[in-house]
Amino acid sequence: MSNVPPDLQYTKTHEWVRRLPDGTVEIGITDHAQHALGDLVFVDVPEAGRALKVGDPAAVVESVKAASDVYAPVSGEVTQGNPELAKEPEAVNTDPYGKGWLMRLRPASGGTTAELMSAPEYQKLLQTEAA
Amino acid sequence: MGRKTPLFELHQELGARIVDFGGWDMPVQYASQITEHHAVRRASGVFDVSHMCPIDIRGTRVREFLRHLLANDVAKLTRPGKALYSCMLNESGGVLDDLIVYFLTDTWFRLVVNAGTRDKDLVWIRQQSAHFDVTVTELTDLAMLAIQGPEARAKTVALLSASGADAALALGPFFGREIDDWFVARTGYTGEDGFEIMIPAQDAVRIWRELNAAGVASCGLGARDTLRLEAGMNLYGNDMDEKTHPFESGLAWTVAMAPADRRFIGRTALENITPSRQLVGLLLEDRGVLRGHQQVVTPAGPGEITSGTFSPTLERSIALARVPAGALQQVQVDIRGKLLNARVVKPPFVRFNRSVFA
Repeated sequence: MSNVPPDLQYTKTHEWVRRLPDGTVEIGITDHAQHALGDLVFVDVPEAGRALKVGDPAAVVESVKAASDVYAPVSGEVTQGNPELAKEPEAVNTDPYGKGWLMRLRPASGGTTAELMSAPEYQKLLQTEAA
Repeated sequence: MGRKTPLFELHQELGARIVDFGGWDMPVQYASQITEHHAVRRASGVFDVSHMCPIDIRGTRVREFLRHLLANDVAKLTRPGKALYSCMLNESGGVLDDLIVYFLTDTWFRLVVNAGTRDKDLVWIRQQSAHFDVTVTELTDLAMLAIQGPEARAKTVALLSASGADAALALGPFFGREIDDWFVARTGYTGEDGFEIMIPAQDAVRIWRELNAAGVASCGLGARDTLRLEAGMNLYGNDMDEKTHPFESGLAWTVAMAPADRRFIGRTALENITPSRQLVGLLLEDRGVLRGHQQVVTPAGPGEITSGTFSPTLERSIALARVPAGALQQVQVDIRGKLLNARVVKPPFVRFNRSVFA
């Protein structure tokens, strides 16, 4: 069973969003996504200052098998890409909700968000996809 | 749903992720592709290659037929059991398939062809054989396992009788023979020592479990692909196909142009070709992962990656690429709009778990 922490929000494309106390959001890919991708060997995160709109390809995660885009779940400006992933892409596999975070961004005021799901809603999506 | 090997249910039980490969439902990985890769480089791993197709060809003119059918020359095979790697070409010199041929007796040779091409190959071989009075028999009710890695041979022969184990250990590289009720060959697709065995289908699950119990890791097609690419071995359909000829596919060494009077299929076309392209190895010097179909920029013109991956042994990305002929040292690869630097090298990248490049 995939780990789906209750305090995060989720997208249909298997990103997670964590609201941080300073008003920025942290973004990563879910346990389900990292498991489906397999061993990650390269992660390309966006640079600070890049403006993203909901649904823009924001990062690339590459496993031995294939490259996959990670889409921005929220519009806004990137404040930081996770610098540790250049050396340690496997952190996305081992700790997808912690050390494996991909980027932080400051949501645009009045900016759009993708249809974010709660943890139970995302669990339901995973069950539907598995069926 | 695709075709299934006798081991399909076992793969599912072992937690494999199943993918389509050449019309077959095959395990791509069990737990971790990288762990499986290292198991083969450092110890041993077992692959289900039952989707590949063994074909027996028998008759008094079988050698003459295969000297016509194949681009490599089976006249090189003088000791029973010896195997040869060859392309099978069409009249234009395009590669219909790559295969292994075993010389078993003067009237019996065995081919092993690829899964995705097996039906087409059988039709072609039967057509071509019409004037040679040979029988062409697809072997069914077999499973084929590849057990590869530095410990692979020792772990495999432990499942044979004492005399069978001696016979298997006595096999030289690229030799095969029937031992007990197996066909055992010292061949593989990983750049490591090991065996490929053909066994009765009904024994496959038991033998796989016994290998696992002896410490041989279950390995999927994902690890098989990274291992073969590190070893600089082509994959049919990626690195060559009917539209490419051996000289632009890194396979000139497999085409026997001597003697000049051996008129094998495709020879006339090859005699009239001056290759304008070549298949080379690439080592990515920047961060990223090379993948098939990425565009290559060279001083001599554009090229394209035919197979690319992350090399778990080298911990960097490697590829095979078809580029313009001529000497090349540095090229660039377009990865999502960025031009990254790659060094041109001669494969293999890895031999016996060692980098070929310092």
